[in-house]
Amino acid sequence: MKPTTSAFKNNAYLALHDEQLQRALSGLPGGLVAQRSAARDRLPEFEDLRDVGRDIRDHTLEYLDLYLTEWERRAIAAGAHVHWAPTAADARGIIEHICRDAGAKIVTKGKSMLSEEIALNGHLEAQGLEVVETDLGEYLVQLRKEVPSHIIAPAIHLTQGQVEADFRRLHTHLPKDRVLVEAAQLVDEARQILRQKFIAADVGITGANFLIAETGSSIIVTNEGNGDLTQSLAKTHVVIASIDKVLPTLEDVSSILRLLARSATGQDFSTYTTFSTGPRRPGDPDGPLNYHVVVLDNGRSELLATEMREVLRCIRCGACMNHCPVYNAIGGHAYGWVYPGPIGAVLTPSLIGVKQAGDLPNASTFCGKCEAVCPMKIPLPKLMRLHRETEFDLGNLPWGYSLGLKTWAWIARRPRIYAIATRFAAALLGAAGGRNGAFRRLPFASGWTRHRDLPAPQGYTFQQLWREQQAGLERPTAARRTAG
Amino acid sequence: MSNRDVIFAKIRKGLAAAAPVPEGRRAKIVADRIAAKHRHPTPARVAGKSHADHAALFRSQMEGQSATVLDAEKPSDVPGLISAYLRQHNLPARLATGDDAYLAALNWANEPALTLKRGHAQPADEVGLSRATAAVAETGTLVIASGADNPVTLNFLPETHIVVVEDQDVVGPYEEAWMKVRARFGDRAMPRTVNMISGPSRTADIGGKLVTGAHGPRRLCVIVVKSQQTAASPNNLTFARP
Repeated sequence: MKPTTSAFKNNAYLALHDEQLQRALSGLPGGLVAQRSAARDRLPEFEDLRDVGRDIRDHTLEYLDLYLTEWERRAIAAGAHVHWAPTAADARGIIEHICRDAGAKIVTKGKSMLSEEIALNGHLEAQGLEVVETDLGEYLVQLRKEVPSHIIAPAIHLTQGQVEADFRRLHTHLPKDRVLVEAAQLVDEARQILRQKFIAADVGITGANFLIAETGSSIIVTNEGNGDLTQSLAKTHVVIASIDKVLPTLEDVSSILRLLARSATGQDFSTYTTFSTGPRRPGDPDGPLNYHVVVLDNGRSELLATEMREVLRCIRCGACMNHCPVYNAIGGHAYGWVYPGPIGAVLTPSLIGVKQAGDLPNASTFCGKCEAVCPMKIPLPKLMRLHRETEFDLGNLPWGYSLGLKTWAWIARRPRIYAIATRFAAALLGAAGGRNGAFRRLPFASGWTRHRDLPAPQGYTFQQLWREQQAGLERPTAARRTAG
Repeated sequence: MSNRDVIFAKIRKGLAAAAPVPEGRRAKIVADRIAAKHRHPTPARVAGKSHADHAALFRSQMEGQSATVLDAEKPSDVPGLISAYLRQHNLPARLATGDDAYLAALNWANEPALTLKRGHAQPADEVGLSRATAAVAETGTLVIASGADNPVTLNFLPETHIVVVEDQDVVGPYEEAWMKVRARFGDRAMPRTVNMISGPSRTADIGGKLVTGAHGPRRLCVIVVKSQQTAASPNNLTFARP
């Protein structure tokens, strides 16, 4: 997928003024927030499990080469073909090859963000293949020639009315006067159409939520059952997984699965969690005859020696974006690449470079909610701040911005000058703010005042007020001590 | 250098830069971890609870996920329960099912109206019948292992899925279900597919509204069969419950 991350500011501006999008966003991520909270409350151990999950992932990353080797050994013993892809282009080439060897015409796909990352659909279509997304949200997005706007709810930016309009526009083989009032009627229509694709498909491609070193298995987690029909009906099942997906044992994955659905959709458990190990066995009447796993690096190994290693703990639940005030305001597309929200603001610059995606970590209020809900306890604000530092070091910023930061740094490191300067500024702005206590317009702050008033300082700095309050509190404390 | 070598060289370089640990010690740590199958804490909703508690929790969790749970006092009651369920939902009395010996041994003759079609599911099949290796109480989750006995397509193609599980195979946490899978298939081995199933298929992709019956079954009916001391069961390689 070609990034548009460098146009982030413009993307965000357009998103804020897109009425359809704003309607779709109102309430949807909020619903997921409430459901997660309820699921967490039903499991008193949830917060302790986050520590367990973090430790499992940290341990596995520490021995990543060995766990991948163990996984590969067991997978091959079960009959899997394992392919290693250092880059997106390598992965595309490998999958193209598998499809050609299978004589494929129709390829069905389960949901996979990794396949978005390597821009697989366009590549396979260019080879003359029909590629069909089968997750309902992915199908909607594919019909509209869009990309997912959320990692677990790809069509969260669409309203039901838009879906109906698209189905009427594109499913032209169906009667024009059919009733499509209920969401269930739309789901049924897609089910009938996609059922035929599952049956006709030659190759089924899925992602992998995890790989298990103990057994050589790959795992998918879904609610619709589309991933299972994709991988069970086609002759060839291709899994695409990144190197960070491996876990040691079934016990380890059990603990992490306790966190995944609860964090993602607020379900206690997703409807379908499927472990695939090798192709169909002798005597099996169904299942794929061939099972391939393509393991992709695409820049992840380079994070291991850096502080960004922690982002590799991510299990792609989407909780960070559901809770993010910026994501809730602009949706996923504005982020300009595969992974939106706070995880995207950390992962995208890590994978495609701060130079290209430096605006994303700036699009955060650092409210800290993402870290507070992350089931793997990834310190997302800290990692965004590291990207900001890199961006500053690269000298990538506009000169005014850079000069402002340098001036600020110079003043902030000199306490006496800082105190004088802020006292002066607070007094001046406090007086200028007048009776309203706010500015409707302010030079150098039009980015703020265009949308809302800027509250004026009340005439005193925080340091002044703090000192006074401390002095005020000193006496009663001392009095109590004497009295006791 | 092969693609594989390129990736592993980069991973090792990244790890060595962060924390150099002698290679031999690393290999032992990994081998021990996989061999030990260390269990992390299990939720209090199942840990240390009685089998009756597990059975009750399994039922309530399963029902909370829009599934039907029926009880069979003895294996011979199963065909009758299935017939009644199919009639109640106005479904055809035809079942697609695998070669599962336990299911085959049920007294189907008592329900002459029911026909059984052996093998994997075909697109026209409306009802699939499977047997679960385990049922997990903590989230109301069936564990079904694929094979000639329980073909994987039965779990997803038919609109209605009926799953039989013996009461003795109802366990508390997921970890206990893995013990049953390991007992059947061996250490570090799995069948082609293990499906963990928690309710009928669902989606919320259209306007955030939850719809039951997305691509997989619209209905899931679980029949829990009271265990018989004398019942012969080919899959019955389970551990004695404490």
